[in-house]
Amino acid sequence: MNYKAFSYDLRKNIVDMIMAGGGGHIGGDMSVVDILLTLYFRQMNISPENAEAPDRDYFVLSKGHCVEALYAVLAAKGFFPYEQVKEEFSRFGSKFIGHPNNKLPGIEMNSGSLGHGLPVSVGIALACRMNGLGNRVYVVMGDGELAEGSVWEGAMAAGMYRLDNLCAVVDRNRLQISGGTEEVMAHGDLAARWASFGWNVIPVKDGNDSDQLNEAFEQAKSCKGRPTVVLAATVKGCGSPVMENKASWHHHVPSAGEYEQIMKDFRERREAWGDE
Amino acid sequence: MNKIPNRAAICSVLMERAGTDRDIVVLCSDSRGSASMTPFAEAFPGQFVETGIAEQNLVSIAAGLAKCGKKPFAASPACFLSTRSYEQAKVDVAYSNTNVKLIGISGGISYGALGMSHHSAQDIAAMSAIPNMRVYLPSDRHQTRCLTEALLQDKAPAYIRVGRNPVEDIYEEGNTPFEMDRATVLSRGQDVAVIACGEMVGPALEAVRRLERQGIHALLLDMYCVKPMDEAAVIEAAESCRAVLTVEEHSPYGGLGARVSQIVGRHCPRRVRNLSLPDEPVITGTSGEVFAYYGLNGEGIAKAAEELA
Repeated sequence: MNYKAFSYDLRKNIVDMIMAGGGGHIGGDMSVVDILLTLYFRQMNISPENAEAPDRDYFVLSKGHCVEALYAVLAAKGFFPYEQVKEEFSRFGSKFIGHPNNKLPGIEMNSGSLGHGLPVSVGIALACRMNGLGNRVYVVMGDGELAEGSVWEGAMAAGMYRLDNLCAVVDRNRLQISGGTEEVMAHGDLAARWASFGWNVIPVKDGNDSDQLNEAFEQAKSCKGRPTVVLAATVKGCGSPVMENKASWHHHVPSAGEYEQIMKDFRERREAWGDE
Repeated sequence: MNKIPNRAAICSVLMERAGTDRDIVVLCSDSRGSASMTPFAEAFPGQFVETGIAEQNLVSIAAGLAKCGKKPFAASPACFLSTRSYEQAKVDVAYSNTNVKLIGISGGISYGALGMSHHSAQDIAAMSAIPNMRVYLPSDRHQTRCLTEALLQDKAPAYIRVGRNPVEDIYEEGNTPFEMDRATVLSRGQDVAVIACGEMVGPALEAVRRLERQGIHALLLDMYCVKPMDEAAVIEAAESCRAVLTVEEHSPYGGLGARVSQIVGRHCPRRVRNLSLPDEPVITGTSGEVFAYYGLNGEGIAKAAEELA
């Protein structure tokens, strides 16, 4: 499968979903989508068929505001039809709301308030270890989210309990709603911070390259006695210069003109990567 | 005088069951001693999780454990558990619908002279306002045992508040009338209905006995189930009496009294008076001293009831 080309199909679905629903966290969706597709299509033992199996891999989207990207990936994975999401997203009475909701198939935990996903995943990883089934737990956080103190409570516990079945991913796009992460609340040397909490740290140079991410997740599986964090250097708004690296696209609905340009950029990049 | 606090009754039940039910997990936030959970931690180290002084982590980790079929009991001082980790209780437990039992220990003003930071006079209001969160305040160790056994049978979130100190038995060992989510009628009368919860049931019972000696016949309900409240019992009590008196170790806002008043006002209007802690930091003292000062002892409750009867 040509995952780079596939990521542009997903990007188009995400933008169309946001246009139809009249809102969405488009910038973060574009930065995180390659992480999600790599986990769901190349790494995790999860599908609609084993969604309730005790030995499934678990996934928590801690940066829950990027649910549109998760919907697109879950739809592609067969959990629900994409057309249904597009039709119902953010509509009156819909289950497809603007943050993950576990009334929907494929979603384990509700999120939306930042800083919850890692501690919850620590609990899941502890339970998986108690149950001895060998499954893995993945949690995706934003970099702005790392200012939440509860993230570091979870990091401390995962390090202390040596949860090597836990893999956290930081979508390091360096932007949050007010501007650059280093200007809003600086993280400094993130790798050193995580390492000091007892974590195995794997930096990924291009977090919008599925192959690089996949290699990192493979490495994480062989690390014993420590949890792993993948620091994925991504581009907010990745896919079109119209929205790339622009904090103002944190939450934005493209205008008709912007939409046309974005779709043109998606087509060109998709073609550059070749067919699936 | 009973020497066993309600928190120890919870530990006893969990220890009896944990050997055969390996999914029972107890979590503490450097609170195993104050939660009376040290024996559990020693007997079942593989089913005990220490989170350190990190209540948010405590609740989120419990939610994650529950997601995988565990039956976590997260025990931490009620003051911190109900407000420091409020959002975790709201999102990770209630909203995500995980089978977490939150055990708020040393509730109300149990910590006495330690001051308002250590008092939980707003936990009923806070927890009750969360959809899908149940709130229980058992009155004595025997009822606490029955409640804990019942909670092990279901898979829904709940917050349970218990006090720090042993309280006088209300019920008898092996002979405790208990029905889940139904109030227990401790006394029948037609002059005034007294509705109490948690540690206030003991003083309320003493008040009812005092009133009886004065020829005033009071009805007494042990409303350990503050949410979902036994509305039928409240309505029946109000209908059969001239007035209603509620008694709780809580702020006047959003607790037992507020809910009872809503029910009575809607279904069978009667005079209602709410005895509670004041809307201010409470006076320094032991529980007994503080309760007496605010009229939350047998004498004070009887006096308030007499005025209503």
